Amino acid sequence: MFDSDKWHEIFSTIKKNRLRTFLTGFSVAWGIFMLIILLGSGRGLENGVKNQFKGSVNNGIWISAGRTTIPYQGYKPGRDIKFTNEDYNRVKNSIDGIDVISARSWININNTISYKNEYGNFTISPCHPDYAIIKNVKLEEGRFINDMDLHKYRKVVAISTIVRDALFKNGEKAKAVGKYIKISGVPFKVVGVFSDEGPENEQRRVYIPIYTAQRVFFGNNEINQISLTTGDKTIDEVDAMVEQIKKQFSSIHKFDVKDDRAISVWNKGQEYKRTMDLFAGIRLFVWIVGIGTIIAGIVGVSNIMIIVVKERTKEIGIRKAIGATPFSIVSTILAESILITSFAGYFGLMLGIGLLELISNALPPIDFFVNPEADLRVAISATILLVASGTFAGFFPAVKAAGIKPVEALRDE
Amino acid sequence: MIEIKGLHKSYVTGNNKLHVLKGLDLVIEQGELVSVMGSSGSGKSTLLNVLGILDSYDVGSYKLNDTIMSNLTEKKAAYFRNNMIGFVFQSFNLISFKNAMENVALPLYYQGVGRKKRNKIALDYLDKMGIKDWAEHMPNELSGGQKQRVAIARAMISNPKVILADEPTGALDSATSLEVMDLFREINKSGITIIIVTHEKDISEKTNRIIHLTDGIIESDIILKN
Repeated sequence: MFDSDKWHEIFSTIKKNRLRTFLTGFSVAWGIFMLIILLGSGRGLENGVKNQFKGSVNNGIWISAGRTTIPYQGYKPGRDIKFTNEDYNRVKNSIDGIDVISARSWININNTISYKNEYGNFTISPCHPDYAIIKNVKLEEGRFINDMDLHKYRKVVAISTIVRDALFKNGEKAKAVGKYIKISGVPFKVVGVFSDEGPENEQRRVYIPIYTAQRVFFGNNEINQISLTTGDKTIDEVDAMVEQIKKQFSSIHKFDVKDDRAISVWNKGQEYKRTMDLFAGIRLFVWIVGIGTIIAGIVGVSNIMIIVVKERTKEIGIRKAIGATPFSIVSTILAESILITSFAGYFGLMLGIGLLELISNALPPIDFFVNPEADLRVAISATILLVASGTFAGFFPAVKAAGIKPVEALRDE
Repeated sequence: MIEIKGLHKSYVTGNNKLHVLKGLDLVIEQGELVSVMGSSGSGKSTLLNVLGILDSYDVGSYKLNDTIMSNLTEKKAAYFRNNMIGFVFQSFNLISFKNAMENVALPLYYQGVGRKKRNKIALDYLDKMGIKDWAEHMPNELSGGQKQRVAIARAMISNPKVILADEPTGALDSATSLEVMDLFREINKSGITIIIVTHEKDISEKTNRIIHLTDGIIESDIILKN
C-alpha cells in the first residue's frame, strides 16, 4: 500500500494545499523550536555557572584576612587583620577534619614575568604544594612545587599553559621545563606546566613556593589567605568546622566573632549546594514551560487535523464514490499528517539547534552562558510526541469521515 | 443487469421518519438508456444513490449483475463502485486541487494502475470528450459543460457496467445540456447501461425509457422508440 504512487498522491495533495500544510507544520515547528531554545538556554546558563565552580574543588573553604568593623575589647573598628605562617600552622594542626590545606599571599610588586625577550604580566601566586589539589590543577608537564622546594626556599615556579605559550615561542615551547624565567627580575626555574578548567583569568597565573616568596619579595612571614578542603563531610559538619575556625581566629586576633568583615570565610560547598538547588528549581521551571509549549503544540496540531478532516469530508465522499476504500482514505490522510509534522518537527529542531549554535559562536564568550545545547533525546521525543498526537487527533475524525455513507459526505457543503 | 424487488428506504431525522422509497420493483437490462423522472421529493435521487451503493436500503433486494447488494463490507462496496459503476453528479464533484486529467485518472489510482499509464488513459478519454486541450486545467478554470465532460470521462475510465447520472444537466444551459445528452447516447451505444435522473422533460425524451416516480412509487414506465 505504501508504494511510490501513493506518496506521489500525498505529495501532490500537500503541494496544492499550501496554507493547510503551512499551518499544520508551523504549530509543530514552532513548538519544537521554542522547546529547543528553552532547553538550550537553561543548559547554557547551568553550564556557565558550573564552569565558574570548576576552577577549584567543591568542598573548599577560603579564609581571607580583612578589616574589623565592630569595636572589640577596647580596639577600634577599621583595624587590619594580618595572617602569618603561625595562623596557617595553627589551623593545620588544631582543626579536625582538614583534608589538604594551603596558604596564599598577594604580590603587589611588579608582576612582569619574562623569558629572554618575551615578557608579560601575570598573577604571581605564592602557595603551598596542596594548592594544586584545591585548585584542581592538571599537570601537563613536569611537576607542581613540592615540600622540598618550600622548606629549602628554592626559586622554582609552576606555570600555566597560557603563560608558557606567551613566553616560550616556537621550538622552545616543548622545552619550558628546566628553563629559568624572571619574576620581577628574579630568576626562577620552571619545574612544571599545568592547565586549569576554571575561567581564563584564573589561568593567567604562576605558582611559586610561599616561603620562597616571603624571603625574596616580602621579607616577613605574612600570608593573606588560607584555603583548605573538608574531605567528604556533610554540610552540617563543614558548618561546624567553619564556626570553630571563626571562633579560633576571633580569640587569637581579637575581633568580634560576629564581625563578618574582619575575616571572610567562603564555604564553597554551601555555595555550590545553594546554586545547584537553584538550578534544580530552574530545570523544573524549564520543564513546566517546555511541557506547556508541547501541549500548546499538541492542541494546535490536533485542532488543525480535526478541521482538515472536516474540510475534506466532501473530497472523501467523492473519492469513495469512485471506489476508494476507507483504509486508503484514512492511511492517506494520516500519512500526509505524519509527513508534514515530522518534516516540520525536524525543521524546528534544526532551526533551534542552528540558532543556539549561532548564539554560542557569534556572541562574545560570557562567563555565565556556556555551550547552550539542548538535550537531543528530549527534543526528538517531543517531536515524536507531536507527530503521534497529530496522527492520533486526525485518526478518529478520519476514520469517522471514511466510514460515513458517501451520499452523506457528498451532501456536506 | 439491475434488478430490484420491494425496495423500501426511509430516513430518520430526530423523531420524524421520512418514508422515501415505498416498495419499488424494477428491472433494467444491460445496454439500456433510462431516465428517472419525478418532482423533487419523489425519491428519484435516493433511488440512484441506492443503485450506486452510495446509500443503503431498508427492505427488499437489489441485485447488480446477479450479486445482491446488501450488507456489503466497505471494501466490497468500494470494489463495486470502482469497477461496476460510474457516477456523474449535478455539481460535478471534481476534486478542486487536481487538474482535469488527474481527476479523470483517479478511479484507476484506486485500481492500482500506475501513474503514467492512467494519465495516458485519462488523456484518451478527455480526447473522446473533446476537451483534451484542457487536460492540465484546474476545475475552476473550466466551464460547466467542460466540467461535466471531465466528470463523464472520470465515470467512464474504469469501464463500468453502468453509469448513474444525478441531474447531469441541472447546472448547464440548454445547448450544453443537449451536447451532454448526445455524449450519453454515444456512450450508451458502446453497451454501457446509463441511468439518468432528471426533472427536465426534454432531457428524458433523449433516453429510450422513462420511469416516473411519484411519492416513492413507480407511476409509469414507458419505453420510447428513439
